[in-house]
Amino acid sequence: MGQYFSLSAASFLLASGYAGARSVLEPAGEEAQQIAVLFWVMLSGGALIWLGVVGLLLHSALFNRRRLAEKSASRIILWGGVVFPSVTLCALLAYALWLMPGLRPFAQASSAALRIEVTGRQFWWEVVYHPSQGPPVASANEIRLPVGERVELTLKSADVIHSFWIPPLGGKMDMIPGRINRLSLKATKPGVFRGPCAEYCGTSHALMAFSAVAMEPEAFRSWLAAQAIPAPSAGASGSALFLRHGCGSCHFVAGTDARGTIGPDLSHLGSRVTVGAGILPNTEDAVARFIARPELIKPGSSMPAFDMLPPGDVRAIAAWLRGLQ
Amino acid sequence: MRLIPKQIETLWTLFTAPVVWAAHFLVCYLGAAIYCAKPELVGLSFSAVRAGIAAATVIALSLIALSAWLAWRQWGFGTDDPPHDDPTRRDRTLFQGFATLLLSGLSFIAVIFTAMPALFLTECIR
Repeated sequence: MGQYFSLSAASFLLASGYAGARSVLEPAGEEAQQIAVLFWVMLSGGALIWLGVVGLLLHSALFNRRRLAEKSASRIILWGGVVFPSVTLCALLAYALWLMPGLRPFAQASSAALRIEVTGRQFWWEVVYHPSQGPPVASANEIRLPVGERVELTLKSADVIHSFWIPPLGGKMDMIPGRINRLSLKATKPGVFRGPCAEYCGTSHALMAFSAVAMEPEAFRSWLAAQAIPAPSAGASGSALFLRHGCGSCHFVAGTDARGTIGPDLSHLGSRVTVGAGILPNTEDAVARFIARPELIKPGSSMPAFDMLPPGDVRAIAAWLRGLQ
Repeated sequence: MRLIPKQIETLWTLFTAPVVWAAHFLVCYLGAAIYCAKPELVGLSFSAVRAGIAAATVIALSLIALSAWLAWRQWGFGTDDPPHDDPTRRDRTLFQGFATLLLSGLSFIAVIFTAMPALFLTECIR
């Protein structure tokens, strides 16, 4: 059984890299592009001012040490210390404010063809797709969106305050219990990105993430259609073990009697980029480790340990779950 | 009735401009927050909120400009240069006038910064 528990510090470090790009500086969405430009403008402006101030300081300390007349000193203070900062700050503030309506395109959000409802939970993400046509599609810990199309996200929380953030796609937005916050995103490049929880939410806050996958619209639509129906292998032999050991009281798996809603929906676990809410690669070994000792991988999670089960059963359940494509 | 108040010596004139800034800040932020929480209660469009903020800003800037002019007068219209640090009544008055003038400048800029979002935001965030 020891193989399940061989979770070293190194694999934790590696784990954080599994869900793809996460840099604000490599934008792959319309909103993130504006944020990146804002960052570079602020950085270059700040660097220029810093160079100017340090240059003046060196100039006066090393090269020009004569005393200034009181009148010209006052003039330098007035222009360099009052007028210049006021005008510069005014311009930077105006630029940032001018960007704001574009960073939060609320008017366009309501006309989006796809709405994705995301609910933050300690320490995972419940995801429900609401396409303009067809029934809602449930998933968890992974968000897929079509490239080039605006998507509206409705953000909720079931317990404490979380914050939703896909750095390469856009700014962050809090998920507040009792409130629905809206966010609008438009991916411009396909790719796999990592979305971390951006508001401290408890013991495993740092281990609460998801993978965001921007796909070509056609591929996205066929993926969503496949998600809407039970995985072909849902009835295979592992499902009996899954149900016998009580997993179905917390987890939902379409096409089986597993109808729980406390834990993440596992209907298509095998098709996800990561498992354990964005922290482990989607391999049979990782799934088996999580089933046996979840508290080692995600301290404070509600899932109980199943290390009392025969290792063969855990392995079989993991293999079945991995097969749910 | 005189249009411009005569010069009096009190510490309170020092705070005129920051108080105007604080009042303007509250009017803008509370007004926008109440409107966005209960638009049906107010029954106006968001442009009316922006117009209200514009009016409050013009009033606040005028009051601060007046405060600055009074401070300038108290400072003797710039006849003396700081520091006014002699233990005399005259230096005390000049010091207070100069400090009030600087605070008025700061408040003037702060009022503009407070009002600037209304130039760019055209709807409530829900």
